[in-house]
Amino acid sequence: MLWDYTKTTAFYALVVFIVLIAVFPFYYAILTSFETGTAIFEINYLPQSLALGNYRDVLNNGSFPRNFLNSIVVASSVVILSLFLAITAAYALARVKFRGRSLLLMTILAVSMFPQIAVLAGLFELVRFFGLHNTLWSLIFSYTIFTLPFTVWVLTTFMRDLPVEIEEAAIVDGASPWVIISKVFLPLMWPALVTTGLLAFIGAWNEFLFALTFTSSNEQRTVPVAIGLLSGSTQYEIPWGLLMAASVIVTVPLIILVLIFQRKIISGLTAGGVKG
Amino acid sequence: MSTVSSAAPAGAVKNNMSELQAERLRAARWFLVPMVLALIVVAGWPLYRTIYFSFTNASLTDLYNSKFIGFDNYLRWTTMKSGKVLWGGLLADPAWWNALWNTLRFAFTSVILETILGTIVALVLNAEFKGRGIVRAAILIPWAIPTIVSAKMWSWMLNDQFGILNDLFVRLHLIEKPIAWAATADTAMFAVLMVDIWKTTPFMALLILAGLQMVPKDIYEAAEIDGVHPVKVFFKVTLPLIKPALMVAVIFRMLDAMRIFDLIYVLTPNSSSTKTLSVISRENLFDFDKFAYGSAQATMLFLILTGMTLLYIKLGKVQLDGGDR
Repeated sequence: MLWDYTKTTAFYALVVFIVLIAVFPFYYAILTSFETGTAIFEINYLPQSLALGNYRDVLNNGSFPRNFLNSIVVASSVVILSLFLAITAAYALARVKFRGRSLLLMTILAVSMFPQIAVLAGLFELVRFFGLHNTLWSLIFSYTIFTLPFTVWVLTTFMRDLPVEIEEAAIVDGASPWVIISKVFLPLMWPALVTTGLLAFIGAWNEFLFALTFTSSNEQRTVPVAIGLLSGSTQYEIPWGLLMAASVIVTVPLIILVLIFQRKIISGLTAGGVKG
Repeated sequence: MSTVSSAAPAGAVKNNMSELQAERLRAARWFLVPMVLALIVVAGWPLYRTIYFSFTNASLTDLYNSKFIGFDNYLRWTTMKSGKVLWGGLLADPAWWNALWNTLRFAFTSVILETILGTIVALVLNAEFKGRGIVRAAILIPWAIPTIVSAKMWSWMLNDQFGILNDLFVRLHLIEKPIAWAATADTAMFAVLMVDIWKTTPFMALLILAGLQMVPKDIYEAAEIDGVHPVKVFFKVTLPLIKPALMVAVIFRMLDAMRIFDLIYVLTPNSSSTKTLSVISRENLFDFDKFAYGSAQATMLFLILTGMTLLYIKLGKVQLDGGDR
């Protein structure tokens, strides 16, 4: 009896410990973001003030609002572009038997594992050649390298698991492959589209290396680069309050999305990473 | 419909079927073209160009008037009049070997720890208890936070003067006086590992949890009736059953860890004790105006990763393909 009690207590202690470690850094960022002036340099474990000065400064001054908008434009465009390319490709890969299908699937998987640095030099040349340097187009274009293979892969897995009968009925009625995709599969695929779209959005929203390399002015930067490069003139002048306010602003939408679509995201991640 | 097909001769039906098949194949080809083209443009061609540049002496300001110089960016040597041999190229570059060592050290330590901790978290989440949903939501938070943001958050918490972690560790008597974690050479890698493990363990835990949930419950019941110790059950039953899922999760994480750039670039800028292959490669490409040399370093990383993947798939007999069903 006592042993059982100890076991339960230890288990819940572990649970609390896990939650605490997972949540604390973000909690502390929020706490810091509400402190201004010298209050920042006092170490507090519990909230002491609720000053909105940092948020006002971040949202009114500098290029942060612009960066935020850039991130939204880039991430949404990348999602739309990759979903559009991926739906038809996934239909072909999942539903039509043709020679070299496995090879193509393996190639797509291989591309999704490319180290970004290995294509950086070549992409830089392309971006400059097309005159896209320091424009958002360069990012929309280059981000498809990691969103597209992933989207194709997950949508293919999803489409393959849909029953044959629904398609057969449409074929018997003489529907063309395009009609089958848009009228039969698309309505069934909303859950998968939401999941992959969301994961692609998060990937594009967080990307740093390409954004750092292909944009050079404050106005064209996305949020991760703006935050990454934000620093004071010396190590002791880093505006921690502003930085934390900016961090909270870019993270809260993601966390809300992730919590709403929790289950879908988990199933999407596992479909992308593990074959059952 | 059935009356039509039964009235028609068998040969015509077969013809119809193969015509249908041919139409589907044609459509499939057109459906695949845009995607394949896109991948060639953003992946295939740039990779080819990177490899090409690595055999030239191209510079950032002058990409096109470069000369082909063979393997000189990888390894070259000149014999001096005195008979002394001077070595050059990345294989003779201490900075490259240092970065390789940092990369391997980071990748292996982080993946091993993330796998172990991820398994523990997954086992916790696989148990049934009140508030499981909240815990699962909570561990998704580190994963949802952008890497750059977590790097900044942690560098604030790890700050030598005002960082809360120094304060906490001093209070707990773990350290005697505050440490500049990210800025000190000895602790910089530790700081990077801490942040990466914090951020990525949830991902591992979720993948492992998916594997765990496919283990039939009656196995545990049978083991319990037979009085087998839970630890033994884990190592003898659970682990072998989730091994395929685990193997795939590990290779994905490994490839990800080997190419790490953003966390190190932001958390410990310019620290030679954490610079990885991706970091020095980008430095050479865009900061030091050694475009060709940086390309060679990027190509080398690509080769290392390809080699590792093939070896791993062969040794671990990993099933990666979606395959035909």
